[in-house]
Amino acid sequence: MSDSQLLPTGQKKINHLEMIEISKFFPGVIANNRVNFDVKAGEVHALLGENGAGKSTLMKVLYGLYPPEEGAIKLDGEQVVIGSPVDSIGLGIGMIHQHFMLVESLTVAENVALGLASTRGPLTDLDIVSQRIQELSEIYGLQVDPKALIWQLSVGQQQRVEIIKALYRGAALLILDEPTAVLTPQEVDEFFLTMRKMMDDGHALIFISHKLHEVLDISHRISVLRDGHMIGTIPVEGATKEKLAEMMVGREIGLKKERVSNEKSEKKLILKNISAQSDRGTPALKGIDLEVYSGEILGVAGVSGNGQKELAEVITGLRNVTSGQVVLEDEDVTGLSPKELINRSLSYIPEERMRDGMIKEFTVAENLILREYDQLPFANNGFLNLKNISTHSDEMIKSFNVKTPSQETTVKSLSGGNIQKLVLARELFRKPRTLIAAQPTRGLDIGAMEYVHLRLLEQREEGTATILISEDLDEILALSDRIAVIFEGEIMGIIDREEATTERLGLMMAGVVE
Amino acid sequence: MIEKFFTEAVLVGIIASGIRLATPYLYASIGETFGQRSGVLNLGVEGQMLLGAFAAFYVSLTTGNLWFGLLAAMLTGLIMGLGMAFVSINLQAVQGISGIGFYLFGLGLSDLLFQKLMGTVVTVSGFRPIYFPVLSDLPIVGQIFFNHNILVYGAYAMVFVAWFVLNKTTLGLKIKAVGESPEAADSLGVSVSKIRYLTISFGGMMSGIAGASLSIALLNVFQQNMTSGLGFIAVALVYFGGWRPIAVMGGALLFSMVNSLQLWVQVLNIPIPSDFAVMMPYVLTIIALVVTVQRVRPPSALTKPFERGH
Ligand SMILES: Nc1ncnc2c1ncn2[C@@H]1O[C@H](COP(=O)(O)OP(=O)(O)OP(=O)(O)O)[C@@H](O)[C@H]1O
Ligand SMILES: [Mg+2]
Repeated sequence: MSDSQLLPTGQKKINHLEMIEISKFFPGVIANNRVNFDVKAGEVHALLGENGAGKSTLMKVLYGLYPPEEGAIKLDGEQVVIGSPVDSIGLGIGMIHQHFMLVESLTVAENVALGLASTRGPLTDLDIVSQRIQELSEIYGLQVDPKALIWQLSVGQQQRVEIIKALYRGAALLILDEPTAVLTPQEVDEFFLTMRKMMDDGHALIFISHKLHEVLDISHRISVLRDGHMIGTIPVEGATKEKLAEMMVGREIGLKKERVSNEKSEKKLILKNISAQSDRGTPALKGIDLEVYSGEILGVAGVSGNGQKELAEVITGLRNVTSGQVVLEDEDVTGLSPKELINRSLSYIPEERMRDGMIKEFTVAENLILREYDQLPFANNGFLNLKNISTHSDEMIKSFNVKTPSQETTVKSLSGGNIQKLVLARELFRKPRTLIAAQPTRGLDIGAMEYVHLRLLEQREEGTATILISEDLDEILALSDRIAVIFEGEIMGIIDREEATTERLGLMMAGVVE
Repeated sequence: MIEKFFTEAVLVGIIASGIRLATPYLYASIGETFGQRSGVLNLGVEGQMLLGAFAAFYVSLTTGNLWFGLLAAMLTGLIMGLGMAFVSINLQAVQGISGIGFYLFGLGLSDLLFQKLMGTVVTVSGFRPIYFPVLSDLPIVGQIFFNHNILVYGAYAMVFVAWFVLNKTTLGLKIKAVGESPEAADSLGVSVSKIRYLTISFGGMMSGIAGASLSIALLNVFQQNMTSGLGFIAVALVYFGGWRPIAVMGGALLFSMVNSLQLWVQVLNIPIPSDFAVMMPYVLTIIALVVTVQRVRPPSALTKPFERGH
């Protein structure tokens, strides 16, 4: 760590930031209960906790998005008032949000320049901004094209934009709320290089993640929140996954379920020579052939953006094919509407749960019946049966352990992980005969992740044909019977679980043909 | 018959008055474009125009100064705009409904004031065409382009000002960001409500000018409900133009050209039922909207009130 009081960006360091006895209430929820937390220059302080424990809330208080009910914030020993992001940015605090805060229709440079004074007065100075972006990219290894439109970028690239945005504003303290949840393993490695560089320069970093091995890898200290309470802060030396998990959940977890061998029987879903286009009109799928048997989990591994999204959408009726055939249960279903496919017992866990999985303004109960709102027992002759709907959502909330004040709460005020649990509850409850699961455990805490794995394996034993799309090779290897690797819209090969290794899959994911 | 209709003089007349008739649409829809770009739908444009038209007319009539009239219209529109901003930003009202409220308010109040203060329809002598030496005397071109009053030129100038502000300035960047993703703008310290106040009150002012352009520049009278739906067409034109000033201008021109054609059809006594002729521009609007609206994506946060943390 360098001794200068300045960072390479020219900004003053934040030597010590303390949050003291912070409380934050929401209707029906105590999200933070007299929480103490601090971070120092040159360290990574990890914040752990189950879904809904209050991590994002605590960080939003620090960034000035929520006013706390009580408590104080001290910066280098002096009390500061942070009433809005203007204040926190002014103090050198930056935040990378769990759900990105980017304007999709604007360019990278425009997103960075937004809200900043321009050197040309009222006129934009995007050329100068772009230059500075290039400089920052070089210092921290964050390659990104300033002229690209946000919606054209991959998730990993969008994240780089978020980091550059914060650094550009002179952030000396960076809050990273689940930055790695959306990254591929390679991207995580690159991201850690950036984090290490910032740490060495004297940035103070707060790191939130559900992946314990990452936390153990990069942090100096680790704090654990549970139900809004600070359970404790420990140095990374001597910390183990088991210890952290126990601190998080308050008990030992061990839901692990072994994959039992299963007779695979009839072919449920067949894709014949499927081609389709991406949103941008470029070819996304190029002649895909796949077969999934009932009682089987077919893993689709690959770096995201190689056609996984389009593949899932083609099968679920959300995207038209340009050629090829989808056969479900011996019937050609190419071009059928999502509703008709739902009626054929097809379920879909979408990757973009906030956009495709839930209606944010609807309540928990309403979201839970989005698929079968018009069928018994939820509706009869066009009338909703509110009593059944209510009983049903209580059951779902309980069995999936969703943290929500009530079933009348709108989904937008739930924590990220709990929203994912709701999607899973809705899709798995009906015991689908065919299931498309895209990144089903992204953003889930370890307990919830094990639970989802358990449910997917249970479905498999009951004969469901599952396509599991995931970037997480551990997940793929733990659950799949066969593994297909997708690269640039083509299947590079399909191998049995027994023959698959991380290395072999890694090579195939990079486009190396066997 | 038809051959007699499309003489050179008639064609020039149609185009010239088409350009002129676009004036109120341009002011109103450019103002509305700013509001919608920042995420607020103002359906009260028509009411703002009516009050603006009355204020301009009455002040011009009593002071004898058209510029005072114009100023009065701007102020009236601005106040109406501030009201709309307060209701939709501070009170977080449903924008479609509150806009209709403002329309009815403007409709009623302008009529009331007209009855109380004037009683009968009178005329003023409005803004006169500007004479450009040489240019105005050119055949055809002179009549089409160089024979209009100041408010007509002002309207077209505003289109380019709007394009410039939206695409070249930091303010424009903030407006677009607030309309697309208020959360992102807010997290960077951009005040969503300040920006929306600005665009809505500016939009109100532009609607006021739009009203003035009717009462003291184009028609030179004030009558009850004299805008007859023009403000609503202006809102539709914003959608038609895909929220881009230049395209909005294209829509306004198309609409007023057809309108102008329709007027000439009536003037020249061509045997087309006049009801049918009057209908033409509106039918055209509906067709144009149906064809175009699906093509362009509206600002993502349009009509959505913003509250931090939700
Ligand atoms: N804006 C809000 N309105 C009402 N309740 C909220 C709001 N934001 C968060 N909550 C509630 O506060 C609690 C803590 O949520 P928070 O988002 O901080 O969890 P988290 O620890 O970040 O979880 P995750 O790992 O799932 O992201 C949750 O019960 C959530 O439902
Ligand atoms: Mg969170």
